[in-house]
Amino acid sequence: MRSISLARLKELAWTALLYGLALGAIAMLLWPLLTVFGNGLQVLSWEFLSSSPVDAGRGGGIAPILVSTLGIVLISLAAALPLSFGVAVMLTEGFKPGGWPATVVRCSLDILAGVPSVVFGLFGLSLFCRQLGLGYSILAGGLTLACMILPTLARSLAFSLEAAATAHRAGGAALGLSRQAVLLRVMVPVALPGICAGIVLALTRALAETAVLLFTSGYSDRMPESLLDSGRSVSVHIYDLATNVPGGTPNAYGSALALLLLLALLSFAVHALTRWMQRRMTGTTTGSY
Amino acid sequence: MTLPIVESISPPPSALRGWAFWSAMTMLALLGAAIVFLIVAFLLGEALPLISKGGFTRFFTDEGWWPRDASFNMTPMVVASLYLTVGALLVATPLSLAISLVTTFKAPTGLARLMRNLVELSAAVPTVVYGLWGVSAIVPIINLWSPPGASLLAGVLVVALMIIPTITVLTQSALQTVPVAYVQGAAALGVSENQTLLRIVVPAAKQGIFSAMVLGAARAIGETMVVLMVCGNIVQVPTSLFEPVRALTANIALEMPYAMGDHRASLFVAGLLMLLLVSVLVAAGEWVGRRQREMGV
Repeated sequence: MRSISLARLKELAWTALLYGLALGAIAMLLWPLLTVFGNGLQVLSWEFLSSSPVDAGRGGGIAPILVSTLGIVLISLAAALPLSFGVAVMLTEGFKPGGWPATVVRCSLDILAGVPSVVFGLFGLSLFCRQLGLGYSILAGGLTLACMILPTLARSLAFSLEAAATAHRAGGAALGLSRQAVLLRVMVPVALPGICAGIVLALTRALAETAVLLFTSGYSDRMPESLLDSGRSVSVHIYDLATNVPGGTPNAYGSALALLLLLALLSFAVHALTRWMQRRMTGTTTGSY
Repeated sequence: MTLPIVESISPPPSALRGWAFWSAMTMLALLGAAIVFLIVAFLLGEALPLISKGGFTRFFTDEGWWPRDASFNMTPMVVASLYLTVGALLVATPLSLAISLVTTFKAPTGLARLMRNLVELSAAVPTVVYGLWGVSAIVPIINLWSPPGASLLAGVLVVALMIIPTITVLTQSALQTVPVAYVQGAAALGVSENQTLLRIVVPAAKQGIFSAMVLGAARAIGETMVVLMVCGNIVQVPTSLFEPVRALTANIALEMPYAMGDHRASLFVAGLLMLLLVSVLVAAGEWVGRRQREMGV
């Protein structure tokens, strides 16, 4: 009788320990988010989003910084998307599976995915800012960021094209369509939700990144006038306010909340867009492939 | 009657268009694959002048980190990076394992889904936000306990929190590969639930869990913003958890904006070193993970 109750006690203790650790860890994970919401809501307003920073960011808002961020992220996407599409197309339809070109491309992407972001920063500084003479600019930052999001984007594009290819390759060929037509008219529309999800993932990574931009896109918090202007991204602004500007913490939280909301809004908008585009292009209403 | 239709679908000009399309795609793919080689080439190009001036060992045997006096000893920063990584891993692994076990085997479906969603949500939080929270919430708390607050401990805690989502997601998928028969067999033998989890399921998934830890470590060692913001950035080999340290990545981010000449080159050497460390970790993690999948366990 005693041994049974001891065993049951031990069992209960283990369950309590596992639940305790797990729920404790989840609570810890929520702490930063709740802090950002709590502190950010006091600062965030339409005026904060639409005015320029004053007094090194202690006062005023983040309008020019949002514009710079948008520029950097759009450039990175515009540069990374064609490259990723090429990689994904060649991996699913072009190269012979298992052949050396496929292996080389796959391996180099795997390695690229593991490169620490600060190393991308060094590379961007050396190639885009110095060699190509772009200086500290939105263009240089965006191009460097494109290299960083390339593996994420290429992988998810290849993954969704692969799924569409298995289902439709033979059918397209049976209809006498060229491989290119099957790819562009059948597989891409079918794979569109996956492609858009990949784009959102890459956008999230690009928006979240700081270290790459610290010494490629510059520090200026003025409204950028061209892509060759120096521009500060939201994440760099948060870093600067939190560490270099005494008394900048409240606005740092406001910017952090703006960044988190931007991330949430983006994924929502693209999901809605995906649904609509897929309905138009394939005539089906399934939400995901 | 069928022939003209087929011809109208693929007329001869389309062969040319197809050729142009596939060559364009090949070029794009090769350019994408070339980036990693470009990175290595540019880093080497910037670093080699300095390496050739005294060999690679000088970065561990020079008198200290005084870049203006041509003394480039990176040992304290490498040690700090390793301490941060190992510390974060020690904190994050048990917590991630607990979350994974609870969501995969113990919690009711609704709770498990909620926990999984929260973990995935935190995986999307930018690291600079973790850094901001660390500076304004964790550092002051540690400061009350033992000043100055910005310390190795703060770095370990915040980086641990940052890598928990990564490790948890990978550990969950490792646990899901454990055959149900193991769990059923254990239940049939009258082994209690927790004993089954700890003695049978976890050992069966240990390679996948190890691979998750290694990939978590790769993220931790490459992390820049958090360690830059919460660790105090003093170049020294720490003797206690409460001393400020400067990680290798933080050093690059701190000094790059104004570095010139040999100093600049030394930061590219640090970049190469990071690349090497992370590549070894990622390769090890992938290798172990692949073995786990091939064994089907």
